[in-house]
Amino acid sequence: MAELNLVEAINHALAYELAQDPAVVLLGEDIGVNGGVFRATAGLLQRFGAARVVDTPLAETAIAGTAIGMAAMGLKPVAEIQFSGFIYPTLDHLINHASRLRNRTRGRLSCPLVLRSPCGAGIHAPEHHSESPEALFAHVPGLRVVIPSSPSRAYGLLLAAIRDPDPVIFLEPTRLYRLFKQEVADDGEALPLDVCFTLRSGSDVTLVSWGAMVHETQAAADALAQQGIMAEVIDVATLKPLDMATILESVGRTGRCVIVHEAARTAGFGAEIAANLAEEGLYTLLAPVRRVTGYDTVVPLARLEYQYLPSVERIVAAVHKTLEGA
Amino acid sequence: MTTIGRFQVDYTRFLDPRGEATQPLPDFALDPEKLIPLYRAMVLTRTFDTKAIALQRTGKLGTFASALGQEAIGIGVAAAMRAEDVLVPSYRDHAAQLMRGVTMAESLLYWGGDERGSDFAGPRDDFPICVPIATQVCHAAGAAYAFQLRGEARVAVCFLGDGGTSKGDFYEALNFGAVWKAPLVVIVNNNQWAISVPRSMQTAAQTLAQKAIAAGIEGCQVDGNDIVAVHHAARQAIEKARSGGGPSLIEALSYRLGDHTTADDASRYRDPAVVQEHWTFEPVVRLRNHLVRLNAWDPQREEQLVRECTEAVNAAVETYLATPPPTPEAMFDHLYRTLPTALHEQRDMALRFAPHEGGGHG
Repeated sequence: MAELNLVEAINHALAYELAQDPAVVLLGEDIGVNGGVFRATAGLLQRFGAARVVDTPLAETAIAGTAIGMAAMGLKPVAEIQFSGFIYPTLDHLINHASRLRNRTRGRLSCPLVLRSPCGAGIHAPEHHSESPEALFAHVPGLRVVIPSSPSRAYGLLLAAIRDPDPVIFLEPTRLYRLFKQEVADDGEALPLDVCFTLRSGSDVTLVSWGAMVHETQAAADALAQQGIMAEVIDVATLKPLDMATILESVGRTGRCVIVHEAARTAGFGAEIAANLAEEGLYTLLAPVRRVTGYDTVVPLARLEYQYLPSVERIVAAVHKTLEGA
Repeated sequence: MTTIGRFQVDYTRFLDPRGEATQPLPDFALDPEKLIPLYRAMVLTRTFDTKAIALQRTGKLGTFASALGQEAIGIGVAAAMRAEDVLVPSYRDHAAQLMRGVTMAESLLYWGGDERGSDFAGPRDDFPICVPIATQVCHAAGAAYAFQLRGEARVAVCFLGDGGTSKGDFYEALNFGAVWKAPLVVIVNNNQWAISVPRSMQTAAQTLAQKAIAAGIEGCQVDGNDIVAVHHAARQAIEKARSGGGPSLIEALSYRLGDHTTADDASRYRDPAVVQEHWTFEPVVRLRNHLVRLNAWDPQREEQLVRECTEAVNAAVETYLATPPPTPEAMFDHLYRTLPTALHEQRDMALRFAPHEGGGHG
């Protein structure tokens, strides 16, 4: 077992799958000789050659579009979009084609691609480098949307995403790329997609989060434990399709739920979870569901980004609010 | 000042509008028996086209995009492809699709609102019709890359219209294909109209073919109403791509003799008299005149062909109309390879609330 940070875990998963499946091809800007601007593909060109680790011209639309053509013809492309703010030109291809090809050909053709992109704020990056676009993709039938929150889950979920027969949007929180290391067995074992991971058990409140915010959420759970409040923490991991059963089961026990995400609040993915709780779990609730999210503002530039990101204090305050009058 | 590059765009035509050869014909065109199948396919396409419009007008088909006047492009190109090549069509390319083995019943199913129409029994790897303009050129470049990577001698052949060349997808895909030297052939059906916007308002470029030059690949222009010119250029481009020579672009000059689709009324934006003039140049009569000149065609053969085409089209219409609509679970069953648990309840609901046959939502 090796101690890996999240970006190293990504790199190991890519290398593992390139080695074991000749259909896997990586493509993106600066991913070859340079090894990726975040180093996610470092060393892979040297190991697997320029035909399978493809430095593309600078055009996100065609990165997504050509990946679809490759996938339809039997390759397993893993495309990298360099920063989440540059992902929007790919939407036409992902929404109109990648997500639909299987359906519109009644299964004759399919689109087993992975689109990887860094996401999220917190690394003092330039403008357009800090977005959290997961809800845009989660709205699209036919896609899977995955966001890991630790090196080991990044490794196992990326393997699962590459092996999945359908398109997966894989968003990697940049703030976690080098935040911490963890023992990761580079054994090719994939984690299941479409399920949430319960990271901590508790009886008083269920905290639901994903991506980088899982760490503030866990820190909040620590702080709450000091106060005698036992929080259960769920890492959603696969936003689409959503494993509501795990969340409902947990909230059924705790009676309270606080959803934490970095993206803006309105029509954020937290709203989907809250709506599901209202439909399927209302009578188990002892208090209204609360959301702790990024504000409905443009993600600020570096000097204000930590004012924007939900903090441990905001999460703790939201939990206190759900416990008021209990 | 030093000139560091010079570029030229060649235009090719073999048959003039009366079907007379304007220059020595390429080898394949010297034998009329090689041209007759192309003629038959063009007549079948036009018969199909006419019938599809009639079906739409009588409420038996959804919106349909006619290929009237552009039959030589699809037939001439598809006839130059091998079975193992892959067609990446737009929505006006049923000529090429039929030539590839997509059945008329499948095409009618698609335009009649049934996804099964894109589950071709014949060319299993051909892409379905692409509606979002020019996006398919990117898919074709990616498909070509897959062939190249695996060392397969296959070519991706993509169609788009003149309007599509204004989109970034078109240029990005040419650029990717060119950098990769991928086996990609891009056919621009320049029918002069993007719905109501004429070619003159689409680009200030003198030709669409020259857009290839910016991507570093060959671009040529052909008379798209001359199937000999289209087929000749397509054969050259496809074999060049197959042998590792990289992508090419062919701009086929034609004219959209019909409306954009059955939902359009072109008389609102173009003079019917001008459209009438363009009937002088249309491709089907041109090839027929050529064959008649060679004594390879006569009214009896024409009559028989028209009868055969009509019968084939009518049989396809019967098959289409006799196909029951898909059941509601079809919406779910091809969304993912395995339907996620999260969607089971919605699928059950679709079945429970399915309107009864013949009835709408009550």
